[in-house]
Amino acid sequence: MHHSEKGAVLVLGIGNILWADEGFGVRAVEALHQAYEFPAEVKLMDGGTQGLYLLPLVQDADILVIFDAIDYGLPAGTLKLVDDHDVPSYLGVKKMSLHQTGFQEVLALSAITGRYPAKVRLIGVQPLDLDTYGGSLTEPVRTQMESSVAAAIHFLVEQGYPPRRRMRGCVPESLCPSSVNLARYEAGIPLGGR
Amino acid sequence: MTTTTPNGFVLDNSGRRMVVDPVTRIEGHMRCEVNIDDQKIIRNAVSSGTMWRGLEVILKGRDPRDAWAFCERICGVCTGTHALTSVRAVEDALGITIPENANTIRNMMQATLWVHDHLVHFYHLHALDWVDVVNALKADPKATSALAQSISPWPNASPGYFRDVQNRLIKFVASGQLGPFMNGYWGNPAYKLPPEANLMAVTHYLEALDFQREIVKIHTVFGGKNPHPNWLVGGVASAINLDGPMAAGAPVNMVQLNLVSSIIDRTIEFVDQVYLPDLLAIGSFYKDWLYGGGLSGHNVLAYGDFPDRANDYGPDNLLIPRGAIVNGNLKEVLDVDLRDPAQVQEFVDHSWYRYPDENEGLHPWVGITDPNFKLGPNTKGTKTDIQQLDEDAKYSWIKAPRWRGHAMEVGPLSRFTIGYAKGIAEFKDPVDKVLTDLGLPFAALFSTLGRTAARGLEASWAAHKLRYFHDKLMANLKSGDLSTANIQKWEPSSWPKEAKGVGFAEAPRGALGHWVHIKDERIEAYQAVVPTTWNGSPRDTAGNIGAFEASLLNTPMADPEQPVEILRTLHSFDPCLACSTHIMGPSGEELTKVQVR
Repeated sequence: MHHSEKGAVLVLGIGNILWADEGFGVRAVEALHQAYEFPAEVKLMDGGTQGLYLLPLVQDADILVIFDAIDYGLPAGTLKLVDDHDVPSYLGVKKMSLHQTGFQEVLALSAITGRYPAKVRLIGVQPLDLDTYGGSLTEPVRTQMESSVAAAIHFLVEQGYPPRRRMRGCVPESLCPSSVNLARYEAGIPLGGR
Repeated sequence: MTTTTPNGFVLDNSGRRMVVDPVTRIEGHMRCEVNIDDQKIIRNAVSSGTMWRGLEVILKGRDPRDAWAFCERICGVCTGTHALTSVRAVEDALGITIPENANTIRNMMQATLWVHDHLVHFYHLHALDWVDVVNALKADPKATSALAQSISPWPNASPGYFRDVQNRLIKFVASGQLGPFMNGYWGNPAYKLPPEANLMAVTHYLEALDFQREIVKIHTVFGGKNPHPNWLVGGVASAINLDGPMAAGAPVNMVQLNLVSSIIDRTIEFVDQVYLPDLLAIGSFYKDWLYGGGLSGHNVLAYGDFPDRANDYGPDNLLIPRGAIVNGNLKEVLDVDLRDPAQVQEFVDHSWYRYPDENEGLHPWVGITDPNFKLGPNTKGTKTDIQQLDEDAKYSWIKAPRWRGHAMEVGPLSRFTIGYAKGIAEFKDPVDKVLTDLGLPFAALFSTLGRTAARGLEASWAAHKLRYFHDKLMANLKSGDLSTANIQKWEPSSWPKEAKGVGFAEAPRGALGHWVHIKDERIEAYQAVVPTTWNGSPRDTAGNIGAFEASLLNTPMADPEQPVEILRTLHSFDPCLACSTHIMGPSGEELTKVQVR
């Protein structure tokens, strides 16, 4: 295994924020970023629906944490942790999401090139609604945001990268463009939903 | 029953019906159904978008300056092109001009996206429709080396190098984790390459994978955030300070501009020494397989792109020309006006939408996106489990866009055909050279192979244009003009009460337009007509078939249970995303159910 930046950690939120609970991954990594700061070798990223653009980032990571909405057929809002080489097969359980196939391929290609991260932790949540275009997170998924963030912190502490809680009132620039951050995105949804 | 469409294609739906689903994902999932006769030749084709993409509905009521950030999430590949088209539409509506540097940087972002997308498409999606990965295991590395050295000066070409790659591949295949190679129809007689050409192509697949990470650094320099670059109405998000420090969030400096320059050099080298020679080498084994032309020899359309000087979107200033060719008349390139209500129109009588009068098409400025999912009487299956579509009724989530009533093909082949017809040397000469090298007549251009070749030639065009734009940017910066944004009309109070605008670009896969209507500082209406809407269009009121449908007709299949010929032709349009190689069997037994309304 070759790693260009030994010790690099990538925390990636993936999914399409325009498809209701599909946005979970992007929203979760943002929540983590807004509440905590990390040592310099830990990179947090809004991966959106990007496919191959994410490959170099995955290849360079020694430790990869993925937030994603994954359909396991469990009750909505169930939190599930998956590790290492089990992750691609879990990502492929149902190819219903707009990005899953893409990211599964990114992981496969990182393996082909001999640069699969040494450690991978998927923090997945069972979505309720993937169909409402222009919608936001549903309640069962939204209430799991806090425990998802806690799960990421627990894992990162275990791996030797403890974060620091941000000072009160210290608001960092958001990972995603501010035009589509959660508050602004939801403010633009008309009453009665899309 | 046999029918002839108004655009001249003969359809016969009496033979066995086959379903390929999904053909691709993102930007609307795709499904394709064909009828084959007893000679296993495709005689009817039905292309359907199986997922609703109602961007138009989401944007209503939003701040027009935010629209790009929504648009770039439509799709996982064209992000930048959608964002660019969106800011152009808003600027057009509000009369906002952009600085010269912003125009040049946008052109560089767009050219970078073209090269990246074309390269990734060729090696990671499309090559596997021509290249048999498993057959590469039989190659003689020495002979592979000789082959590679005979077609290109590219240095990675020793026998030992190919042997190493082959060993890696053997290990990979033995592990049973085929990953991206999992769904190929390996061993199908439709594959024509000798083992050595297969090994060379697979090797370059891996090299392209390493190389694509270099190209996208250009996006990171100018767009800031990775992997979603920032865009800005009125210019670009990156300020420039040639002598500034290297720091997160700091303006782009000389060190970064030099990095961009060196990436451009390597990009030109890779495209011209690896991609193009591979294309020719692969093409030489398939030059008898000239199916898939479809609409391309008849009707092609481009909106044009790459304005040389800022703020002039007229035909003389667009380096990729704008125009339309109809009925195969290459002697006349017609003018295209995206504001003219009689030119671009979308029809829905075969699409799952509702118009007050479905005999009429609507120009995007007055477009309506009102979903109406209902199936025709001859559909087999149910709303949630369609076995067979009824193409005489509504059968797709894709609308049917038409130009002056014509179904049109868009994309690299259309752009090159228009450039060729206009007699512009940078389009005409490379086409003539490829045809001469392969010993093919001009008509051979209008084929699946021609579409694939045009994309490669275009990647080279874009790589060289990157050099042109970088030189231009440096010259302008050195003359003292550092401006990258015009914020004069940033405040909504400076806007008219009501305004309409259109933004256009050429996405890697074809003409893209966004039409916006702004009222009281908010988006009143927004319509995007994307390239895959043009190419994947269903039938229209008059019965004209779309580009995908036309391209599949009359293609013989080696083994209908392994629809490699269908995939090859549909993939040649680059319908979307590299991950779209995941194909279920033709019976569709593993089909993921996408809920439609």
